[in-house]
Amino acid sequence: MQNTIYQKIWSQRVILNLIFLLLLAAPLFLSDFRLNLLGKFLAFAILAIGLDLLWGYTGVLSLGHGIFFGLGAYCMAMYLKLEATGGGLPDFMAWSGMSELPLIWIPFQYPIVAIILGILLPAIIAFMLGYLTFRNRISGVYFTILSQALVLVVVTLFVGSQNLTGGSSGLTNFNTFFGFSVNSATTQTAFYIITVIVLGLVFFLSRKLVKGRFGKILVGIRDGENRMRFLGYSPSAYKTFIYTLSAAIAGLAGMLFVLQVGIISPTMIGIIPSIEMVLWVALGGRGTLIGPVIGAVLVNAAKTGFSESYPDIWTYFLGLLFVLVVVFLPKGITGLFEKWNDRRKKQDVSSSVEVEKSYS
Amino acid sequence: MSQAVLKLKKVIVDFSGFKAINQLDFTVKPNSVHFVIGPNGAGKTTLLDVVCGKTKATNGEIKLQGTTEISKLSEDQIVHQGISRKFQAPSIFQNLSVIDNLEIAMKQKKKLFSMITAKWTNEQKKKVSEMLELVGLKEVQDQSAGSLAHGQKQWLEIAMVLMQEPDIVLLDEPIAGMSKKERNKTGELITKIAKDRAVLIVEHDMDFVKEYADIVSVMHEGQLLFEGSMEEVQNDPTVREVYLGRKVEEHVVS
Repeated sequence: MQNTIYQKIWSQRVILNLIFLLLLAAPLFLSDFRLNLLGKFLAFAILAIGLDLLWGYTGVLSLGHGIFFGLGAYCMAMYLKLEATGGGLPDFMAWSGMSELPLIWIPFQYPIVAIILGILLPAIIAFMLGYLTFRNRISGVYFTILSQALVLVVVTLFVGSQNLTGGSSGLTNFNTFFGFSVNSATTQTAFYIITVIVLGLVFFLSRKLVKGRFGKILVGIRDGENRMRFLGYSPSAYKTFIYTLSAAIAGLAGMLFVLQVGIISPTMIGIIPSIEMVLWVALGGRGTLIGPVIGAVLVNAAKTGFSESYPDIWTYFLGLLFVLVVVFLPKGITGLFEKWNDRRKKQDVSSSVEVEKSYS
Repeated sequence: MSQAVLKLKKVIVDFSGFKAINQLDFTVKPNSVHFVIGPNGAGKTTLLDVVCGKTKATNGEIKLQGTTEISKLSEDQIVHQGISRKFQAPSIFQNLSVIDNLEIAMKQKKKLFSMITAKWTNEQKKKVSEMLELVGLKEVQDQSAGSLAHGQKQWLEIAMVLMQEPDIVLLDEPIAGMSKKERNKTGELITKIAKDRAVLIVEHDMDFVKEYADIVSVMHEGQLLFEGSMEEVQNDPTVREVYLGRKVEEHVVS
């Protein structure tokens, strides 16, 4: 019995390592264009891991993670924009009649500050919202609605402050990152490799977190928040922590996204992308960490594939895919593997019983 | 034996006009099996709720060990003061294994950051193992808690309560839905755990109360009607009138 458990863990670890190595080696066999796409998907996958910690493990559904993703992306984009203008005023600011750099843009001249803020800013906002709502025992659907409201507020704010954020057209036309040209193939490959490493790290650390006692507490909060109180836990502290952590991870993903895609605008962080992010997790399989990664890559790959082959009707395919998965795979893609594994195990047991019978 | 572990003084729980508990004075002594009985709506479960912090007292004070005032503390703080509660319906974590359930229940630092780095100590392993022996769940320790039989679920929850090493255990109808054999086992378990702590139990089953009670408190309309041994309770005329009398009527009707 113990032997098989060990084997299972071992084989899981081997598969994960193989996937990781395969992703690292992807530049060797993918075209620049495909590599760039995969890099974008993997940035989404990083976010999906954070969302799974929050929703899959802790049971808090946030329909507002686009905002945290967006904050990270905008932080990075602001730095890239300033770098591109060579210390001058970004073009859209000049158009809206500004003569000097606004105060909130000044820290983003420094790449290190931009990177730190890209993680810290989403974390701080999530902490404040999480602290206030969870402490007052606002949970379930009420929290979800609040998270949607946050999206609405932030997007409206971003679109409205044309002179600060570039309005609805967002930020684009970047040039260099730490002095390297962002459009060259080598820099893009480097961004890709960085994304894979960050994904690996986030995955590894999240896995470590949920495999230990901490993960069991998160599941406890998901399945019986009140019961956890009577075991001496304060669920609001845990929920706030996980919400903050997953927002920070989303910010990180946003930064990697903008480096590879070269544009960020309010439509990419609004309500629809926020809901889509939850769908990646649901499709891949909640509470599995690997599921959401698969989900994020697969959904986005499908999106790209369908839109290339059937530019007119591709959205219907995507809709159909969602319906099929929800109806036939309520536990997502990883649920399918579990089912398959269980069936195999049962067959193993029944065949060994038969063997025993034939010998007796 | 002399000092009370728990003392309620003039406690009122007011549910917008309806006083579920009305000016209740109540004392729990250490190392005793203390049953609370009474007709429906007498305030028995509310008494447990107010002690464990699920419901806040509108008025009055609740003192632990004669000193600590707990009526203003939150549920998790009360647990760390040494009061643990088992609910009526088994509320265990179905998706976790039996041993995982005990792992998160056991007495330890339960703050966020101490939990991130939490590891099994040898002492903790020993305690969990002993507890599994005590409640007889050793063989099923790796099974998911959701797959247990009803009685086993109840014992698992009792084990989870005991893992917190409380001074006072609150049990709400622990034997509801149990078979005769399971009831006996639960009764023995309660006697055993009461050796070094107080156990306060709300129960409807009079035979069970009779068999295992050290002290019986009879509640009626949010107040303490009578307190004593089961024998005294059965012979008290007011109790007979209010509680047993009503039961006789019920029998007649049905």
